[in-house]
Amino acid sequence: MSHHIVEAKNLQHVYPDGTVAIKDVSFCITHGESVAIIGANGAGKSTLLQHLNGCLIATSGQIRIGDTPLSKGTLPDIRRTVGMVFQYPDDQLFMPTVFEDVAFGPLNLGLSGDEVDQRVVEALERVGAGHLRTKPPYNLSGGEKKRVAIATVLAMAPDILVMDEPTSGLDPFARRQLISLLREFQHTKIFTSHDLDMVLDLCQRTIILHEGVIMADGPTDEIFQNEELLAACRLEKPFSMQGCPVCNGKTNTKCHDAG
Amino acid sequence: MASISAAVIDLKRLELLADSDSPVHVIDARAKVLVTFVFIVAVVSHNSYELARLLPFFIFPTVMIALAGLPMLYLARKIALISTFALMVGIFNPVFDRTILYQIGQWGISGGWISLLSLLIRSMLTVGAAFILVGTTGFTAVCQALERLGMPQLFAIQLLFLHRYIFVLADETGRSSRARELRSCGRKGLGVASFGSLVGHLLLRTWQKAERIHIAMLARGFVGRFHAHRQSSFGKAELYFLLGWSSLFIVLRTFDVTGTLGTLITGIFK
Repeated sequence: MSHHIVEAKNLQHVYPDGTVAIKDVSFCITHGESVAIIGANGAGKSTLLQHLNGCLIATSGQIRIGDTPLSKGTLPDIRRTVGMVFQYPDDQLFMPTVFEDVAFGPLNLGLSGDEVDQRVVEALERVGAGHLRTKPPYNLSGGEKKRVAIATVLAMAPDILVMDEPTSGLDPFARRQLISLLREFQHTKIFTSHDLDMVLDLCQRTIILHEGVIMADGPTDEIFQNEELLAACRLEKPFSMQGCPVCNGKTNTKCHDAG
Repeated sequence: MASISAAVIDLKRLELLADSDSPVHVIDARAKVLVTFVFIVAVVSHNSYELARLLPFFIFPTVMIALAGLPMLYLARKIALISTFALMVGIFNPVFDRTILYQIGQWGISGGWISLLSLLIRSMLTVGAAFILVGTTGFTAVCQALERLGMPQLFAIQLLFLHRYIFVLADETGRSSRARELRSCGRKGLGVASFGSLVGHLLLRTWQKAERIHIAMLARGFVGRFHAHRQSSFGKAELYFLLGWSSLFIVLRTFDVTGTLGTLITGIFK
C-alpha cells in the first residue's frame, strides 16, 4: 500500500474545556488526490488537520497514513511523511535565517552537512525563494514568508502536503503565484481554506465540515453547484461561479460593453 | 510600542552576526564558551575597589571584535544599555562609602566612586564577552556546547526555549502596547486596571503562540535536540585558543601587570 494514502476512521476530538470540535469524521484520501476541507469559522477544519500528523491526538477514532496507524511510536515516521504548512508562517519560521529555518527539518532527520545544504537549496529554488536564503524570516513579506514556510516542509521530502489556509493574507499576485506553485506539486495535497476560488482551481474533491461533522464529500464542481448545502453550512459559491457583481450575471456582455 | 519591536529586531541582529566565517566564528563553540567562562570569572573575582588591574582585560573584547569583524558601534550601544542596570545597582555607593581613597591635588576621590566605576567596568567587560560569544557562535550553538560540556540536556533545551520565548513575548508586548496606546488618546488609559488585564492577556497569548511554534517544531521532526548547522570539532586550534586566552586571563588576574608596567615606566623616567 502507498504511503500517500490518508485514512480517518470515526475521528472525534473533545477539547479539555468540553468543546466537541469534530465528531465521527471518516474519509479516505488516495495517492495524488488534491482535496479541500472547507467550512465556516469554528467548523473544526484546523483541528482535523492537526490530527493528520499527530499534533493533536484524537479522543476516539483512528488515523492511518498508508499502512501505518498513527500512534506515539509511529509519530516520527508519520511526521516525515506528512508535511504540514501552518496558517501563520510566523509560527513556523523561528530560526535566525531562512537557510537555517529550512535546514531545521532535514537536520532533525539526521542528515549530514552537504545533504542538508542540497535539500535546503533545492527546496528554496522550488518555491522561487533561493535569493532569500541569508535573510532573517521576520524581514520577509507575507508572500515570501509563505513560500519559505512551504520550503521548510518540502526540504523534508514529504509524500503528503497538508496546508492550513495557504492563501490567507496574500495579495492577488502572490496568491496567483502560490496557486501556480501548488498546482505543480505531485504530492497528495490536503488544504483547508475559505478561498473557494483557489479550491475550485486546485482541488478535484471537497469535504465540507459543519460543526465538526462531514456534511458533504464529493467532486468540487458538484458541491459548489449545491447552493442549499452551501448556505446550510454558512458558505457561498466561489466568486468565479457567481454572476457579474454589477448586473448579477444576467447581462454580462452588455455590462462589460457599457464599462 | 515601536521601541519594543525595534529593540527585538535589534537583538535578533546579534544572532545574525553568528552567520560568518571569520577565524573566531569557525572555532568550536565549546572552546569559546570555556574561554568566556574563564574571562568572566577572572574579571568578577577582582575586589570591588579594583580599577587599574581591570583595564588590561579589554584586550580580549578588542581582539575578538577585530578578528570576528563584529560591528563595534552596535555592540557598544547594547553594552551601554545593559550597563545602565549596573549603574542602578551601584548608584548609591558614593553616598554610603565616603572614605577618601585617592587624592588628586585638592580633590579627594571616595571609595564609593571607585567601586561604582569598577562595577561599571566589570559589567562592560562581562556583558561584552557574552555578546561577543553569542555574536560569534549563535545562541543555539552556545546551548549545544553547554550540553556537550556536561550540562543536562533538559537545562540546555529550557535555556534555548527561554531565549525563543523572549522574542515571542516581546513581539506580543509590542503589539498589545501599541493597541492600548492608540486607544488611550495620549492619556494613561485605564491605568493599573487595564495594565493588569493586558499583562494577563499577554501571558495567555504568548503561551498559545509558544504552543503553536512548538507544534510547528514537532511537525518538522523536533525530538528535544537542537542541531547547529555548523559542524566543528575540538582540535588543535581550539586547544591553542583555550590555553592561550585562559593563561593570559590567569596571569592578568594573578599578577598586577598594570602596576608593574607603571613602576617600570616611572622607573625609566626617574
